[in-house]
Amino acid sequence: MSAPVLEVSGLRAYYRTAAFGIRREVRAVDDVDLCVEAGEIYGLAGESSCGKTTLIKTIANAIQPPLEVLAGSVVFNFKDQRIDMHGASREELRDIRWKRLSYIMQGSMNVLNPVRRVRHAFVDFAFRHIGRSKAEFLDIVRAHLRRLHLEPDVLDAYPHQLSGGMRQRVTIALATVCRPEFIIADEPTTALDVVVQKGVLAMIHSVQRELGSSVIFVTHDMAVHANLTDRLGIMYGGRLVEEGRTADVFRRPRHPYTAHLIASLPRLGDAAPKEGLTGAPPNLADPPSGCRFHPRCPLASDICQREAPPMTELAPGHRAACFHSDQVMPP
Amino acid sequence: MSAPLLEVDGVRRVYSSGGLLSRRRVVAVDGVDLRLDEGQPEIVTVIGESGSGKTTLARMILNMVSPSAGAIRFRGTDLSAVRGTAARLAFMRQVQPIFQNPFEAFNPMKRVDRYLFATARHMAGLAAPADIEAAADRALRDVGLSLAEVRRRYPHELSGGQLQRVAIARALVSRPALLVADEPVSMIDASLRASIVSLLRGLCVRTGVSIIYITHDLATAYSVSDRILIMRLGKVVESGPARTVLDDPQHEYSRLLKSSVLSPEVPSNGAFFHA
Ligand SMILES: Nc1ncnc2c1ncn2[C@@H]1O[C@H](COP(=O)(O)OP(=O)(O)OP(=O)(O)O)[C@@H](O)[C@H]1O
Ligand code: SF4
Ligand SMILES: [Mg+2]
Repeated sequence: MSAPVLEVSGLRAYYRTAAFGIRREVRAVDDVDLCVEAGEIYGLAGESSCGKTTLIKTIANAIQPPLEVLAGSVVFNFKDQRIDMHGASREELRDIRWKRLSYIMQGSMNVLNPVRRVRHAFVDFAFRHIGRSKAEFLDIVRAHLRRLHLEPDVLDAYPHQLSGGMRQRVTIALATVCRPEFIIADEPTTALDVVVQKGVLAMIHSVQRELGSSVIFVTHDMAVHANLTDRLGIMYGGRLVEEGRTADVFRRPRHPYTAHLIASLPRLGDAAPKEGLTGAPPNLADPPSGCRFHPRCPLASDICQREAPPMTELAPGHRAACFHSDQVMPP
Repeated sequence: MSAPLLEVDGVRRVYSSGGLLSRRRVVAVDGVDLRLDEGQPEIVTVIGESGSGKTTLARMILNMVSPSAGAIRFRGTDLSAVRGTAARLAFMRQVQPIFQNPFEAFNPMKRVDRYLFATARHMAGLAAPADIEAAADRALRDVGLSLAEVRRRYPHELSGGQLQRVAIARALVSRPALLVADEPVSMIDASLRASIVSLLRGLCVRTGVSIIYITHDLATAYSVSDRILIMRLGKVVESGPARTVLDDPQHEYSRLLKSSVLSPEVPSNGAFFHA
């Protein structure tokens, strides 16, 4: 088997600030290991503020102060190029961005410049990578839009003339026009209505299958993961706490937090909202000792307060970080 | 019959967007009626297509946008008559917004705790610093945060979900009679969302606040709301008691909406999006 397209190991990234002489360190990503294989959709889930966006910013090297990488590495094995994201030069990074690696940021529907026609965004991002004449380039863009069932007319529109769903489709078209080997998408459908969301997800799925790209798809919406992703990583409090094939994770979660996430999924027809998790998300400036989930965990015991559980393989391709994973009830 | 809290009478809002090439008129809201009564707190959900006029409707109810036709009255006063600082402040104390995109709702250069303090000072009329902080902390705790966690933080230092909870807390500070919540939970995970919609339900029952809840989430709409309006292209295509409507939607669009909800289960053939 070939090497994974993405290898993340021991990654640690903190927000470090000093204000009024008080130093603060938000441990948003702590010792994360994960791999993404060629051609798969890897889902990243977890509650708000658990560090999903920070993790992928670190992976894409979209790092700005006060975010700092303290340890670990991020390596992409592209078809003919291996690149260490934190060791690479600016030029190397610029050369792969959009061409090999596309990053659709959270809230990026608004990335399109409101006073310029959509066409300019394509020119700015993709023209130099595609390296053809302007006319040929625009033909390629139009063909790509058609493939994604978008009218090439959108090129002449201003962003505000497009609906939210259309803007998101355009953003995805933009991110895929150079046929990148790797696509990272952070909550690309969160703001959309369910009908439009379904259409956008289908679009992401089909473009991914067509290009054969690998995808990291971030969303807190577990229903989206259930329907779209091949493998799933669950984050809690800055750590990856479970990972496995999406179907396995749903069928037999091995971490109490995952079990809760699955049990709390709302279903149309529920008479009352499901119970939310008691207690607050961990304060990552001062995370709980031991297992970060222990203050909210129904299975917690003494050891959980003292020691951080290591990620352990519990079934083929299925890992979790919990001392009592054998006691986790299937949903 | 009890006195009306809010009356929305045949409102319409037309925007003309004018590029040279594409001057066009968009009817964002097209003849919507809605009435909420005093003393009958309820959660009314507005659901529908992205861009179907839900946010425009919310903005009209909040008196941030005026109707092109029709009228809106709050406690009998036409919103077009709410003018001047004092009247506006009195109105805002009673009708509070919670916005869709928390990143837009907060000024990136301004500390988020200051929003809460300012609201406590201006809207809840508090003066003593200790009272102001206590009001802010109480509101934050209502949404699963605390003042200790957000003190001195700027918007970009909070995650999307945290910021959204701060926005909800801010709206609660003045103890309003009506909350207009435009997709307050779309940034938030299911577990916290469940807590927040339960919180909204609890606020409605305990404090008698009525809530206009705009969402894409049919499952929570079903479980918390009393009434539902389904909008498409500026019009209400179907409305009624939430469960009756969602159990057996009549309009074609309502049916499409219902059938598009993703089930939170891995499809057995694992290939939902193959088509
Ligand atoms: N610039 C910053 N400075 C300090 N802390 C930050 C900064 N940006 C994010 N954080 C903190 O880092 C933690 C992780 O945030 P992150 O945005 O990665 O979460 P997330 O999982 O993407 O959440 P959401 O689902 O709400 O988008 C949070 O505690 C957040 O408050
Ligand atoms: S290690 Fe302990 S506290 Fe952590 S999830 Fe497992 S049982 Fe719960
Ligand atoms: Mg995020």
